[in-house]
Amino acid sequence: MTEKTVVNDLKDVTVRFSGDSGDGMQLSGTLFSTLSAILGNEIATFPDYPAEIRAPKGTPQGVSGFQVRIGSHDVYNAGDKTDVLVAMNPAALKVNAGNLKKHSIVIYDSDSFQKKDLEKAGFKTDDPFQELNLNSVQVIPVAITSLTKAALEDMDVDNRIVLRSKNMFALGVVCWLFNRPADIAERLLKEKFGKRPLVFQANVKAFLAGYNYGNNTHLTASTYRIETVNNEKGFYIDINGNLATAYGLIAAAEKANLQLFLGSYPITPASEILHELAKRKDFGVKALQMEDEIAGISTAIGASFAGHLAATSTSGPGLALKSEALNLAVMLELPLVVIDVQRAGPSTGMPTKSEQTDLNMALYGRNGESPLVVIAAFSPTDCFDAAFWASKLAIEHMTPVVLLTDGYIANGSSAWKIPNMNDYPKIVPPYVQKHFDGNPSTWKPYLRDEKTLVRYWAVPGTPGYMHRIGGLEKDYYTGVISTDPDNHQRMVKTRQEKIDKIADFIPEQEVWGDQNADTLIVGWGGTYGHLFEAVKKIRKAGKKAAFTQFKFIAPLPKNTEEILRKYKKIIVAEENNGQFASYLQGKFKNLPLYRFNRITGQPFRIEELVKEFIQIIEE
Amino acid sequence: METNLTSQKHTPKDYKNGSAVRWCPGCGDHAILNCLHKAFAELNLEPHEIAVISGIGCSSRLPYYMNTYGLHGIHGRAAAIATGVKVANPDLSVWVTTGDGDSLAIGGNHFIHAIRRNVDINIILFNNKIYGLTKGQYSPTSEKGFISKSSPYGTVEEPFNPAELCFGARGTFFGRAIDVDLNNLTDLLTASAKHKGTAVVEVLQNCVIFNNGIHSKITDKAYRPERTIWLQHGKKMLFGFNNEKGIVADANLQLKAVTIGQDGYTLDDVLVHDAATKDSTLHLKLAQMGCDNDLPVALGVIRDVEAPTFENEYEKQIEEVQKKMPVKSFTEFLMNSKNMWELK
Repeated sequence: MTEKTVVNDLKDVTVRFSGDSGDGMQLSGTLFSTLSAILGNEIATFPDYPAEIRAPKGTPQGVSGFQVRIGSHDVYNAGDKTDVLVAMNPAALKVNAGNLKKHSIVIYDSDSFQKKDLEKAGFKTDDPFQELNLNSVQVIPVAITSLTKAALEDMDVDNRIVLRSKNMFALGVVCWLFNRPADIAERLLKEKFGKRPLVFQANVKAFLAGYNYGNNTHLTASTYRIETVNNEKGFYIDINGNLATAYGLIAAAEKANLQLFLGSYPITPASEILHELAKRKDFGVKALQMEDEIAGISTAIGASFAGHLAATSTSGPGLALKSEALNLAVMLELPLVVIDVQRAGPSTGMPTKSEQTDLNMALYGRNGESPLVVIAAFSPTDCFDAAFWASKLAIEHMTPVVLLTDGYIANGSSAWKIPNMNDYPKIVPPYVQKHFDGNPSTWKPYLRDEKTLVRYWAVPGTPGYMHRIGGLEKDYYTGVISTDPDNHQRMVKTRQEKIDKIADFIPEQEVWGDQNADTLIVGWGGTYGHLFEAVKKIRKAGKKAAFTQFKFIAPLPKNTEEILRKYKKIIVAEENNGQFASYLQGKFKNLPLYRFNRITGQPFRIEELVKEFIQIIEE
Repeated sequence: METNLTSQKHTPKDYKNGSAVRWCPGCGDHAILNCLHKAFAELNLEPHEIAVISGIGCSSRLPYYMNTYGLHGIHGRAAAIATGVKVANPDLSVWVTTGDGDSLAIGGNHFIHAIRRNVDINIILFNNKIYGLTKGQYSPTSEKGFISKSSPYGTVEEPFNPAELCFGARGTFFGRAIDVDLNNLTDLLTASAKHKGTAVVEVLQNCVIFNNGIHSKITDKAYRPERTIWLQHGKKMLFGFNNEKGIVADANLQLKAVTIGQDGYTLDDVLVHDAATKDSTLHLKLAQMGCDNDLPVALGVIRDVEAPTFENEYEKQIEEVQKKMPVKSFTEFLMNSKNMWELK
């Protein structure tokens, strides 16, 4: 299930502002490039005026553009193809369509994409994207005209100034998407319009309105792509991590011959899983948007009790709210998949930014001794496999599983070869009727399979197996409420042992690169692509390095210690303050650990990884 | 759920599981448990087709005393868990046993939203106006000024009336009974089961240890006929030891208790109870009646209105979508993706 991936960590981004010549695109572009230069980016710009200064409005001949290419270094030209297009009208989209990269982002003014605007630009249908064959672009519609008008409503300025401020609204949106601080833009506008206070105020207001719109609606645009280096013949689709997660659940439900249930509550960046599963009524999926996070997981627990494959999807703050109910699922020993699309915390943190800081919460964030399974997906496409595995382990081992993805792989997309489902393992629910010779009289709700310590699933509606389960401790044999001291100790140990035994049912950990190197680079979850790239570069530079990425966190694969003991130096790289490193250290004493921690809300930077890893290797 | 006519007629003991009931002697919960066993027998439900879900509190221990499927959940979440059970398997008869703390404080959100969705579950709300399991703190239904361990000088907050929450959440069924009136309580539970949608049954229940006698001014046999009224759909709102009293509405739609034959009131003036009318105005007024406004406390089915249930609407939507997009295998579904390409 491992794949070769290349992170297309766009070192430079080409942004093109495009609209009518009167739309002020040149100014938006100039400000954006100056702003980026102030922030230390290297820039190259390319103003692109129309040949006919007075071409009719809204027609392709009248389109004016300004292209900015920004990057960290070595930006020699303005870029020949566009990563991000701001299209103020359909004509701008049409003129620039041929120059768009396959997975580029198009932000467009939905107010000026009405029927007559489309006709003016020569479109024949009401779907210009389809007409231009732009199937893979990320489309972000924003009602730029009306939102600008609304923003300037209480200002005493004429309509002309209002319409001329649209470009600043658009710039505000772009600045939000690319982390350009608003205060610098404000300063630049002051320099430009300082002598005309009213125009200055209108422009700043529109700019901030655009910036805040991006913030308020949690707009995100992924400029990172993870390309799968896959030469296998077959059919492919483009998929992001959230979609792959939803698909993984659907596929698992089909394998297990169960209906899929999702109880969820909207939260950035996980909502897309809810959206996709709400669409999938064709598969009979029941996806309920509940009144809160707690109801999301509680309905899922109810559905699991009633015999569905049940899941709940959320991000960090939501997982915090779910912890009591998640603990109930641990005690009930019912299958449950909890998806946490990690985002930058603590508290509300940075909702649109990515991090790996929820590991401790997933492992330990509950009262009492509360063991469960934790899995972390590697990449957008691996979310499919990870969600499939999460469902399989949950069902077959009657346990909640926390699946950790993150904002970066959830929104990032990648080409995915449509899998042959015959290659995926069976999923067999441990239905009670298939055991005890179908004779309920010898069965008790918490009797376990001797080998796996898994209890059996007696689904309501099944005659003869009526039983009560709950959050109270129960007797090892009878399942009846018990406060017996020795029994409690035994139950605590047994619940842990049941999870530990799952190590026998997951793949062994693999090591890539130089097996005989002194240094092992360790990562987990969504940093796979960056770390893999970094290790490749290190080896290319003539250094020896081994690399292993963990998907199964709890329990760890059986051969984990054996691998770790082979190396003189172990670098654990993660987007947090060292949670996985501490976890490994707690399990295996005296590991020669080095920690690489970045908590910026941004994915790793490969150059940085290479530089610091080589330093440690050569130390 | 259809009752199975070919099966043997069930008796209350078919729903008892034989484990020792651990509520305090004299607790009103015993009566509710017995009435529930009786109601199940009257409805002739199959024990394996019943799921009783609860939260935390004395009332929430009830599932352990049933020979049905049961889930003792966490504080306040029973309505949400029950929603999941019912949506997953609409054929089950799903019950929630809960208290005033469980459903009106920590679980208030799930309580109102379950009612709003009109999931076909039956919520039995044990209202003893106190936290019993945590040993005597005031609850969201305790009267203003109530003295308890956590309000030694009396509370300074107004209580909830559960019916107001239910109607505020657009509830389709609300009934009320007292724990000591076994026959009526059994009838009410049976009626709630027959209702399609969320049914809220408030049981005025006595906590013998921490709030003994909290309802006695209406439950005591010496006053009960004067201070309560058993409402029945289509029947005149009469009460009193000899049914000599009735409820009338004045020109301002204010309810008043009158004695027939006095002050010019005749039997014709007495209101006829219409539980099935969609407009909840009068239901609300009836549910608000009480000793403070010189009116009898309304018991029985106060509101029972037909409306589509959440799980049926959901199933219908699935069917409609599947008609347009026939079920296929997951692989077929992917092979029909719009943006698919082939690597040759």
